[in-house]
Amino acid sequence: MAVRVAKGKDPHMLNYLLRRLALIVPTIIGISICAFAFVRVLPGDPILAMAGQHGVTPERYEILKEQFGYNLPIWQQYFDYLGSVLQGDFGISLATKRPVINEFLALFPATIELALTAMFLAVLIGIPAGIFAAVKRGSWFDQATMGVALTGYSMPIFWWGLLLIIFFSGYLGWTPVSGRIALSFFLRPITGFMLIDTLLYGNWPAFVSALRHLILPAVVLGTIPLAVIARQTRSAMLEVLGEDYVRTARAKGLSPRRVVNIHALRNALIPVITTIGLQVGLLMGGAILTETIFTWPGIGKWMIDSIFKRDYVVVQSGLLIIALIVMAVNLLVDLLYAFINPRIRVQ
Amino acid sequence: MKLMKTLLAATAILALAAGAAQAKQLIYCSEASPAHFDPGPLTGGNDFDASSHTIYNRLVEFAPGATEVIPALAESWEVSADGKEYTFHLRPGVKFHTQPYFTPTRDLTADDVIFTFERQWKEDNKWHAYLEGMTWDYFQGMDMPKYLSSIEKVDDLTVKFVLTEPNAPMLANLAMDFASIVSKEYADQLEASGDLAAFSTQPVGTGPFQFVDYQLDTVIRYAAFPDYWEGKQPIDDLVFAITTDASVRAQRLIAGECDIMPYPAPADIDILKADENLTVMEQEGLNIGYISYNTTEPPFDNPDVRKALTMAIDKSAIIEAVYQGAGQDAKNLIPPTMWSYDDATAADVYDPEAAKAALEAAGVTDLTTDLWAIPVSRPYNPNGQRVAELIQADWAKVGVTANIVTYEWTEYRERGKQPDRKGPFMIGWTGDNGDPDNFFATLFSCSAIGVSNYSSWCNEDFEAAIQAAKTTSDPAERTALYTTAQEIFKAEEPAITLAHSRVFMPMKKTVLNYHMSPLGNHSFKGVDIEE
Repeated sequence: MAVRVAKGKDPHMLNYLLRRLALIVPTIIGISICAFAFVRVLPGDPILAMAGQHGVTPERYEILKEQFGYNLPIWQQYFDYLGSVLQGDFGISLATKRPVINEFLALFPATIELALTAMFLAVLIGIPAGIFAAVKRGSWFDQATMGVALTGYSMPIFWWGLLLIIFFSGYLGWTPVSGRIALSFFLRPITGFMLIDTLLYGNWPAFVSALRHLILPAVVLGTIPLAVIARQTRSAMLEVLGEDYVRTARAKGLSPRRVVNIHALRNALIPVITTIGLQVGLLMGGAILTETIFTWPGIGKWMIDSIFKRDYVVVQSGLLIIALIVMAVNLLVDLLYAFINPRIRVQ
Repeated sequence: MKLMKTLLAATAILALAAGAAQAKQLIYCSEASPAHFDPGPLTGGNDFDASSHTIYNRLVEFAPGATEVIPALAESWEVSADGKEYTFHLRPGVKFHTQPYFTPTRDLTADDVIFTFERQWKEDNKWHAYLEGMTWDYFQGMDMPKYLSSIEKVDDLTVKFVLTEPNAPMLANLAMDFASIVSKEYADQLEASGDLAAFSTQPVGTGPFQFVDYQLDTVIRYAAFPDYWEGKQPIDDLVFAITTDASVRAQRLIAGECDIMPYPAPADIDILKADENLTVMEQEGLNIGYISYNTTEPPFDNPDVRKALTMAIDKSAIIEAVYQGAGQDAKNLIPPTMWSYDDATAADVYDPEAAKAALEAAGVTDLTTDLWAIPVSRPYNPNGQRVAELIQADWAKVGVTANIVTYEWTEYRERGKQPDRKGPFMIGWTGDNGDPDNFFATLFSCSAIGVSNYSSWCNEDFEAAIQAAKTTSDPAERTALYTTAQEIFKAEEPAITLAHSRVFMPMKKTVLNYHMSPLGNHSFKGVDIEE
C-alpha cells in the first residue's frame, strides 16, 4: 500500500522543523568561518592585485592596508565581518566598489534560470529513463542507458561544454556560441529571467533567441544530475519492484502499467527527491564551469572572476550567500521528504 | 483570415528587422567586465577600453596606431624654457554628452581639467574618495604627486600645469587613460543630489561614443555621440559583448556573433587566419619579457658571469617553442616600435662553448641557483614555466644547475623585488605611454630598487643618462641619451632581454579603418563597417 500523506497538525512535524532550524545557526557560523578563511588561505594579496604592474610603495601599501582594515588582527576582521553580515551588510566589492548584494541579486536570476532548466531536463529525461531501465532490467536498453549515464557522470564539464560548442555552434551552426540572448535585442531586465522578461515585453523573436541560448548550457549543466537521477531512479525502482505490496498488486491482476505507475513509482520517488535536492549543491558547482564556458552572466562566473581578482569581499560573501541558499533548499527538500514519508518525522 | 494576420505580423517583424539593420552596429567581443566607467582610478586594459577610449578624451592623445602625442581637447600647448610650465589651450566648443541623467549647460572649460586632476591629487577634495576603498593607482604610479606643483586656470580655455622639476615624459603621461577629462558640472550635479557613486556607473564624457546601458558581466552598449568635436562616428552603435574565454571569443567571431575580438589563444590563430571571412591583424607589442639577475648577489654581481649565462641560452629556440611565432628576439630593453630604439645593438649570440669558458675564466664552476618562473601567462611571456625549463636545460650544458621556483602571481612579484632575492627572476613589462622613460626609469633606475628594479642594479652612468633624458624635452638630445643608456645596459647585462611578443587582432573583413594601438588598447574611433 502506498504511503498516505499526513493531514492536519502533527507534533512530530513541528519538532522536526525546530530541530532542523536550530541546526542552521552553527552551520552558518561554520560556513562563514570557512568562507572567511578560504580567501585568506589563497596565496596573493588583494591590495597588490589591485595595484597592477606598477605595484605600490611600502608606505602606500601600509596606508591601503589600514584603509581596508587588513592591518587588524585576523579574529577582529572576522568578527567585524560577521557583525556586518548579521546586519544584512555583505560588504562592498573591492573591484567594482558596488555592494556585493546588489551584484548578487543582478546576477542570480541568470544562474537560477540556467539551473532550473538544467534540472528540468535532467528530471524530464532521467526519471523515465531510470524507470524504463528498471522495468526492462538486463535488457539492451538498460545496459545502454546505464552505460551512457556512467559516461555522463564522469564527463569533465569544461571539455564537454567546449565540445558541444564546437560541434553544434561552430560546425552545425544550430545554436549560438554564448551569451543569454542575441545582441540585436536590447531589453532592460524586469525580473532578470530572460525567458520571462522576453514574454513580458511580448517579444516573441527575443523569447526564441533566449531559448536557443539556453539549450546548450542547460544540457551541459544538466548532464551530471541527469546521470545521477537516472541511476538513482533505476535502483530505487528495482528495490520497490521487489517489495511484497508490488507482488500483491500484481497478484491482484492489476495491469503492469498500473503497478509501475501507481504503486511502485510513488514509493520509488522518495529517495529520488532527496537526490534531486542534493543535486542543488552540485548544480551550483557545475554552474561555475558552465557559466565560464558559455559566458553566462551568473554568480558562478562572478565568483571565478572575483577569485582571480582576489576580491576578498565578493568571494567570502558570495560563498556564504550560495551556501545559505543550498542549505535552504536542502532544508526544504528534507521537509518535503518528511511530509511525504511520515517515518522520517518520528525518527 | 488568421493566416493573413500571421503573414501581416511576420511582414511587420521583417520590416522592423530591416529598419534595425540600417543602423550600423559594431560588436566587439571584449575579454573582461569593466570594474566601472570612471577611468581615473582604474588600472585594467579592459576597464580603459570600456571607458577612456569610448566615452572620454584627454588633453593630448596618442595618434591612432602610434605612440606619438597629438592634440586632442587641448588644440595647442607651450612648454616654458625651464621645462617646468606646460600651458594648454583648450579647443573651444567641445560638448559633453547629453544623457537622461545629465544635460550639460556649458562646453568644456579649464574648470573641468582642474577638477579632473585635483580629485586624484588633493586628499581634501570631496571626490578623492567618492567610492569606498578607492585608490588612484596610475596617478600615483606615474609619480604625478611628486612632479605637480600646481594646476592653474589662466582663463576659461587656458590651463597651466606647473611642475616641481622638468619632466619630459609629462606630456605622454597626460595622454594616458587616467588623465581622461571628466565633467565638473556633472560632478556638481551629483554632489547636490548626494549620489556620488553614479559618477562611476552613469558616465558623462566628451568622447566619440556615449554610454547607453551596461548589463553586469554581459553587455555594454554605446551610441555614437552626434555632437562629437571631431564629427559623428561612422558607426551608430557600439556593443561590447563580454566573453572571457579566448576560445569561445574565437568561436563567436567565426559564428558571426561579433565583428572583432582581442587576445586570441595562440592555438586559435591559424584557424582564424584560415577563415575566409576574417582578417587577423598583427603588430609588435609595446612590451618586453626579461630575466633580471640580482646584481648584488655573487656571482651575478660580475657582469662577465651575467653575459656568459646569457650567452648559454638558445633564445631562438625559446621564441620558437614558447612564443610560437608570436615573438621577436629582444636585443634591447625597449621594443623596436619605440622611438630611440638602438638598432646598432648586436643581438645576443648563443655559444655554449664560449659561455662555459667565460664562466671558468670568472672562477664560476658548479654553480647552483634558483631560477624564477612567472606563474601566469602574460602578453610578454605566454608560458614562464616552459621558458624556465628550456633555460634550465641550456644552463645544464654549461655546468649550471637551476632550480625552478614559482609562487602565486602577486606573491611572486612581492618576493622578486626583495633586494636579497636569490637567483635570476623572470618578469616583463608592458609600456604605459610610449615614452622610453617608462621602460628605462621604471625598471632600472636606482630609485626603483625594491619597487620594480628586480635586478637591484644601480649604475652611475646609466642613471646619469636616463635622468638627463627625463629633464630635457629636445627629442634628438633625448634619443642620444637613451642610445647611451642602451649601450651601457648591453655592456653590463643586468638582465637577459628575452623577447617582445606580437599581438593579434582578428576581425571580420567588413571591419574598416581599425588601427592596432602599440600601447595595447582598443579604440573604435573612426572604425566603419562595410555594408
